[in-house]
Amino acid sequence: MSALKRHQDLTAIWGNEPGWRGYLRSVNHSDIGKRFIVAAFVFFAIGGVLAMLIRAQLATPRSAFVGPEVYNQLFTMHGSIMMFLFAIPMFEGLTMYLLPKMLGSRDLAFPRLSSLGWWCYLFGGTIIVLAMLAGVAPDAGWFLYPPLSGKTYTPGINSDVWLLGITFVEISAMCAAIEITVSILKLRAAGMRFDRMPIFAWYLLGTAGMMVFGFPPLILGSILLEVERAFGWPFYSPELGGSPLLWQHLFWLFGHPEVYIIFLPAAGAVSTILPVMARTRLLGYGAIVAAVMALAFLSFGLWVHHMFTTGIPHMALGFFSAASALVAIPTAVQIFAWLGTLWQGRPEMKLPMLYLVGFFIVFVLGGLTGVMLAMVPFDAQAHDTAFVTAHLHYVLVGGFVFPMLAAAYYWLPHITGRERVMRVGEAAFWLIFIGFNLTFFMMHLTGLLGMPRRIDTYPEGMGWTWLNLLSSVGGFLQAFGFALFLIDVVLQIWLGRVHRRNPWGATTLEWAMPIPSTTYNFASLPTVTTRDPLADDPDLGVALARGEGLLAEARHGWRETLAVDMTSGTPEHVAILPGNSWLPIATAAMLGGFFLMMLAGLYALAPVFLVGTVWLGWRWAWTNGTRGDVGMVPIGGGQSLPTSFEAPRTTGWWGSVFALAASATLFASLLFGYAFLWTIAPNWPPPALIPPSLVVPLLAIAGAAAAGIAVRAGRMPIVLGGHLAIVAALILLLTTTPGPSTHAYAATSAALAAYGLFHAGLAAIMTGFVMARAKAGFHSAARATEPRILRLWSDHGAGAGAFIALLLVLPGWFA
Amino acid sequence: MWWVMLGGSAVLAGLVFVLLALAFRRRDRGRGGERTASGRLWIGGLGLAMPVVVLLALVGYALTVGIGTLPTPDPRAVEVRVNARQYAWDMVHPGGIRTQNVLHIPAGRPADLVITSSDVIHSFWIPRLAGKMDAIPGHTNRLRIVADTPGTYRGECAEYCGVGHKDHNFTVVAHDAAGWTAFTEGAR
Repeated sequence: MSALKRHQDLTAIWGNEPGWRGYLRSVNHSDIGKRFIVAAFVFFAIGGVLAMLIRAQLATPRSAFVGPEVYNQLFTMHGSIMMFLFAIPMFEGLTMYLLPKMLGSRDLAFPRLSSLGWWCYLFGGTIIVLAMLAGVAPDAGWFLYPPLSGKTYTPGINSDVWLLGITFVEISAMCAAIEITVSILKLRAAGMRFDRMPIFAWYLLGTAGMMVFGFPPLILGSILLEVERAFGWPFYSPELGGSPLLWQHLFWLFGHPEVYIIFLPAAGAVSTILPVMARTRLLGYGAIVAAVMALAFLSFGLWVHHMFTTGIPHMALGFFSAASALVAIPTAVQIFAWLGTLWQGRPEMKLPMLYLVGFFIVFVLGGLTGVMLAMVPFDAQAHDTAFVTAHLHYVLVGGFVFPMLAAAYYWLPHITGRERVMRVGEAAFWLIFIGFNLTFFMMHLTGLLGMPRRIDTYPEGMGWTWLNLLSSVGGFLQAFGFALFLIDVVLQIWLGRVHRRNPWGATTLEWAMPIPSTTYNFASLPTVTTRDPLADDPDLGVALARGEGLLAEARHGWRETLAVDMTSGTPEHVAILPGNSWLPIATAAMLGGFFLMMLAGLYALAPVFLVGTVWLGWRWAWTNGTRGDVGMVPIGGGQSLPTSFEAPRTTGWWGSVFALAASATLFASLLFGYAFLWTIAPNWPPPALIPPSLVVPLLAIAGAAAAGIAVRAGRMPIVLGGHLAIVAALILLLTTTPGPSTHAYAATSAALAAYGLFHAGLAAIMTGFVMARAKAGFHSAARATEPRILRLWSDHGAGAGAFIALLLVLPGWFA
Repeated sequence: MWWVMLGGSAVLAGLVFVLLALAFRRRDRGRGGERTASGRLWIGGLGLAMPVVVLLALVGYALTVGIGTLPTPDPRAVEVRVNARQYAWDMVHPGGIRTQNVLHIPAGRPADLVITSSDVIHSFWIPRLAGKMDAIPGHTNRLRIVADTPGTYRGECAEYCGVGHKDHNFTVVAHDAAGWTAFTEGAR
């Protein structure tokens, strides 16, 4: 078969239909990745305009440009947009685009899930921006502390926009987290052992793992606050046994890992680009992997340092202060590994390298002010001043924006297939670099002179006037720099000359393909024996295009890629990925309907959309699988493997494992809230407890035991009955629970019961699904993936349901 | 504290920047031949050992400084209750003297402030006297301050608390011994 014929066959399988239909139905990782990047840049521009308005307001003392009402919306939206609608989606987009190409795969593990994430992001972000244009943007700070964000002090829908819109967008973050984790663990090139993975994949594995465990506390906190605002359940109201501190714990339990979730992908880009720019290999691969894992772990021990002034005991402060300083060590390991890499190589000042130098300077300064802030006595002075604003911009812009600009210039040829024109990029760099330092270095000084954050005007004669004016001038220089960057990109797309393959002489697999890349990435899949496949064989890309690798044959219209054993990279099965579909956009629209109903206060209509989502989910799952055994299929090189229809541990099974890990984290956060309020919050004990009952726990435990045993024996009707028993027990429990709006005890109890109901109910629906599928002929002795996946969800639903039923009646027994 | 950290930071930043610049200068000398950098020196020494030493010293120092600011029991201390609300500060001094937006304390003696809030979260901050302490509804926090010299000091709210946050300020009057007696006598 000729390379051209193979290209045509594969394009027919992996490509999109023409026109809008193709656009709306596409699930291809390159398409979705590029959309994330473009949309994130648009939101970056919107957030940047808000920053310009803030700097215009602060340029002079006693400015009358905007009043405090508008100014509060400005800084709240600037922070929220940059964090949730720019930084996270930007790296998600870059990752979605690059990761399969770097790993030698044709797509991500769950292409439809990436598409769902994209539409959720687009719809959620649009809601937030439209609310801002309507003048009802969130105005309680990007951290949304209650009670200020609660119903009493923010009666309008401003806080609801944040809670619902951001939670909607977080669906895409959770999708991406599971997607990235499973793709890195399972969908790699043959022979790509853990220690042969590109360093970028290690960084993303750490990041995605942090997202799996970091986002659930925020999602839980947002749900609780929205329920408090909508239905008056007093989780955060001290007069009814709640505590505003609970929100701070949940928010920063997410908020600090968030900083590293943003930094690690950018650092991964640095570790990838820097050695290429220095024409050498990365120094200390193993040490960097260890540093990444240490950062991912340590960052969960730091959240309290955002709460140093909330009256936490001094010894606890000492512990968290030490932990905060400790994270500087893995960061230092990376910095010096990069310096050592430059030292051993011959660095060339090409454009991406220029941005990396900018990153070094800005980020190191930001890191050092961070260590200063980690010291409690200093933090108590500088907390909530412009010094902190300056520090966080040095870290985030230095640690994220500069590496992302380097990454943009490094990988743009891959996306456009073109060379850049003239030297616009250098001019943009100097404008951004000088503008940035002018803006934020001055803010260190105004902060030390005592200028607080979040004030809309300030008097003359405080010594802040000139510094603020300089900051504003710097801000506008930056804006010109970013505009120039955008012009540069557009020029490259329109006017750039067509570029040869692998322009930088890189050694990773994403360059072993024609640029711009094809929809299917590799005409045949590579087998790797080292960490730098292109260094061993510079013509690998040509050989792959000729069909000399694995899975070179286009057959049955299947989207095939290779799934490997996690650690050794031995080929394990052929993953057959789903094709283009209306389901992702339809599901996102259905979820959007739910969020809009909640926002509009039409609480009676909202559940309709949830039922619609379940129905779509059922149909979605129904499209997978096959009604006949496929057996072993040849993959080339004389080898044969089973397909994902018949493999024991599919990507779907692993995806369920991580989805349940995220849900369990949410559950653990809720249990933490229950215990926290019980021990710390004022106005306890509650006026009435759940009355002691033997029926509720016994029914739930019996149901859980039956489900647990039957799911292993394959007796699906009994599994279904077991879960329905748990549902009945928890509903019975809820009928005896005191009204959830009377006290935080009743509210958290009802929330726990709702969690159990959700998972037992979900397991019941999934059991019904598996029964219907078996009847329709989708299961056989070989095709047993779905019952295996059900076992995970059933066990979780049964365990959580029984545990909650028992936990909630205990206080009544002992009272 | 501040000068130690500033000096240390300048040295560290300088080290990184000099190494960065030297890496580029090295490029121009001696082309040819594979060069390797020592992982043990760069990562073990500079990346691991150096920050461990620096941070241990810094954290130990900060903890000692921090312990010095803790409210240890002191018979000379006066206690003032502070309640924050949108957008005022209500103080209750010894003897039940109530004021709004003005805090009276004796100079040279420790004052223990018992801080809470009756609506949203605020933060009590007198930049020249002490660090901040949050005022959180449903919780009380204690903060010890000492004004060594009599005079007036500016105080402000350091946690964003809504539209009036910017002007949510107060003043502190530190009295000399005679002035303090006069203030407390005034209550009777």
